[in-house]
Formats: sequence, C-alpha cells, structure tokens
Amino acid sequence: MDWRDQGIILSVRPHGETSAVVELFTREHGRHLGLVRGGRSRRQRPVLQPGNIVEAEWRARLSEHLGAYMVELSNAYAALALDDRIALAGLNTLTSLARLLPERDPHAALYEAGLVVLGHISDVEIWPGLLVRWELELLNELGFGLDLASCAATGESGDLAYVSPRTGRAVSRAAGEPYRAKLLALPAFLAREQATGPGLPDVLSGFALTGFFFEKHVFEPRNLVMPEARGRLIAALQAAGEA
Amino acid sequence: MSRSVAGPEIEQLIQLLARLPGLGPRSARRAALHLIKRKDQLLSPLASAMQVAAQSIVVCGQCGNMDTSDPCTICRDPRRDASMICVVEEVGDLWALERAAVINARYHVLGGTLSPLDGRGPDDLNIASLTERAGSGGVTEILLALNATVEGQSTAHYLMDQLEGSGITISRLAHGVPVGGELDYLDEGTLAAAIKARKTL
Repeated sequence: MDWRDQGIILSVRPHGETSAVVELFTREHGRHLGLVRGGRSRRQRPVLQPGNIVEAEWRARLSEHLGAYMVELSNAYAALALDDRIALAGLNTLTSLARLLPERDPHAALYEAGLVVLGHISDVEIWPGLLVRWELELLNELGFGLDLASCAATGESGDLAYVSPRTGRAVSRAAGEPYRAKLLALPAFLAREQATGPGLPDVLSGFALTGFFFEKHVFEPRNLVMPEARGRLIAALQAAGEA
Repeated sequence: MSRSVAGPEIEQLIQLLARLPGLGPRSARRAALHLIKRKDQLLSPLASAMQVAAQSIVVCGQCGNMDTSDPCTICRDPRRDASMICVVEEVGDLWALERAAVINARYHVLGGTLSPLDGRGPDDLNIASLTERAGSGGVTEILLALNATVEGQSTAHYLMDQLEGSGITISRLAHGVPVGGELDYLDEGTLAAAIKARKTL
C-alpha cells in the first residue's frame, strides 16, 4: 500500500528516541497518521511543526497499519506565525479542531478551505473571517451544518440576522425580533456575500455562533473541552479590538 | 525465546541500562560488560555516585532547577544578576545556556510547554512561581528562552499575557540563521523567520 498526497500537519508525538508519529490532514485521505523515521532529528523538527504543509508519501504493508511517512516541506506556515500571538492561536485553533474529523475520511473542500486560511495567516485583516467560515464548513462535515440560506420562519432569504440555537437555521430580523434574547446573532458576512472583509465585531460574533454549536453538538456529547487555543484566540482578538 | 547469559542481577543491570537515552539492548549489554570488567575502577564508584546523587537531588523551590541543595547553586550565587530571569523549558536547556556562558542571569525552569495534546495546561507548569518571582520586586527583565516550536512559542505568548502589566521588560531569543548555517541547506521555515527578524545595519 502506498500513496502520495499533500497534507497539513496537525500534531507530532515523539515515538522512541528518534521517530515521531505524525498526524496529517491530507487532501485525498483525510486525517491520517503515520510514523516518520528520524522525525525527531534536527533536520526534520522544523518541518514537523503543526500548521506546516507537507508533501507526504505513505507506505504500509496493509492499509490498516499505521505505516510510515516520508515528508517534504511545502509551506512553512508555522514559522510565519511563531512571532504573532493571534496568528499562532489561529493556527493552533485550526489544527486542534481538524483533529475532530474521523480518521481516513477525505474532506477535500474543508482541506482546501484550511489551505486558504493558512495561506493568509500573516494578514490578520483576512484570516479570522476565513477561519470562521472554515469552522462552519467543519461543522457541516461533522454532520451539524447550519442552514443559513433562508429564514426558518418565513422562508425569505433577505435580511437574515439571527440563528436559532435549537435548529441551527437562520431567522430574519423581522421574524426574530420578538425572540432576539434567545437567538444567536448571525454576522452579516455569513448571511450574504460582501465586497469587503468582515469587521472585528462580526468575526467575534461568528466565533460565538460556531462555538455554540461546537459545544452543543461536538464537545459536550463527547465529553470533550473546547481547545484552549480557541479561547486564547478570541481573547487576543477582543484585546486587539479594544486597543 | 532468548536464553539468559548471566545471573538475574546482571540481567537487571542490562535492562535498566537499556532504558537510558541512546542505549538499546545491545549497547546496554556492551556497557554492562564494560562496567563488570572494570568493577573497581568503574562499577563501584558509579554505583556509589548514583546512590549519593539519588539521595541528595532536590528541585529548587525558587527556580525549579535540579541540584543537590535548595535553593540551587545558581539561585545562591551572589554574582548572578538578580534583575534578570531567563525562562527555560527544561533543566537541559538551562545546562545548554550555562555551557555557552553567555548569560549571567538567574533562571526559571517551567518543566515543559503547554500541550493540549498531552493534557498539559498552565497548572501543570511552574508558572505560578514565575509570576510570584516577577512580582516580588528587583526583577527588570524576563527573557523567554523557549524553543522555536509551535508549542514553545504558544507557551511564550501565554507567559507574556500573564506578565503583562507587571512593568517588566519581556524579551525572547532571536529566530533565524544559525552560526555556520548555509542558506542553501536551511529549511524554508528558518529562512522565513530570519527574513522576518532581519536587522538594519
């Protein structure tokens, strides 16, 4: 068994004195683990950082085996984010949340969206909004997608301003007004295409929305906790907004 | 099934040696044989040195370093610059900096990095005592000498948040081209970090 694919490094665990078990989110093979021999060497350690993109070759005698990876660095996004606390928290959030995906199940669209987020990791004006969209796509891939196309009450597709916490469906401003205290805010950039990127309040509102459904459908039922990095990211974005 | 070639005491010695970093079963067997052959010159002194070390090693209550006294030798040294604390992940990093003899500061050993994957949070690290030391007065600079890895730098950012508002200068090690490093052979990540941290001459 062998294949070649591109992947985002999600995690690296030491294995023995010299090797590492590396978890990749690959385009065609989904979240997939493999052993990198010499993965703890001085040469390989800069490559095997979460958030980096690698070209990987996986080999195993049987498909159900852990197998061994040969990896080559394609994009060093981790190094670009190291100095920037917000970017690093964003990168950690993406790699932590991607680990929720089932193993060896391809999610090509989510992978491509992840590449777009990481590709803009140096530009704080762009990537937080993209990360919110990526989280929505992740919820969708996990089977808990939100329906933001039309109002759950009226069927209209215009002026959507809320999301029902019970059904995950959008609600228009007029229909939702009497229940606004119980509804979640739907930021404008998720309701319709915008010519400009979302502002910080909309991004934070987007994270609150996806965070609610992650907790409700993914973390609480599995008795898991939200990655700390996500909390740090939101706190850092809030602090940046106040400054 | 492999047959034992020596008594249980020697087999146990070999098994314990094989657990040391850099040693496997074969090299542990070779090391054990070397020790046994030089019983008086090596085995007995080594055994007593290990016995003494095992009985006297303590973790320094101030900085988290391992030494035979508490406070450790570095914390007790009056020639050390008490206004600067150099924060490192592990005792091995402290030893590496001391070997280079480029800094005369006092240290603080965290005992690892934040790692959600391994379930290691802020409470599992030596962070509370660092903030306590930072607030005790006399400290003007904290150097975060943590590894240039995602985990190391995530921990550094967390510490910066914790120390914010203390009025202390927070610095970190530079990232970039190592001495003797040829650009041709460097990975893209190191080159990107070096370009980002470029200096005006």
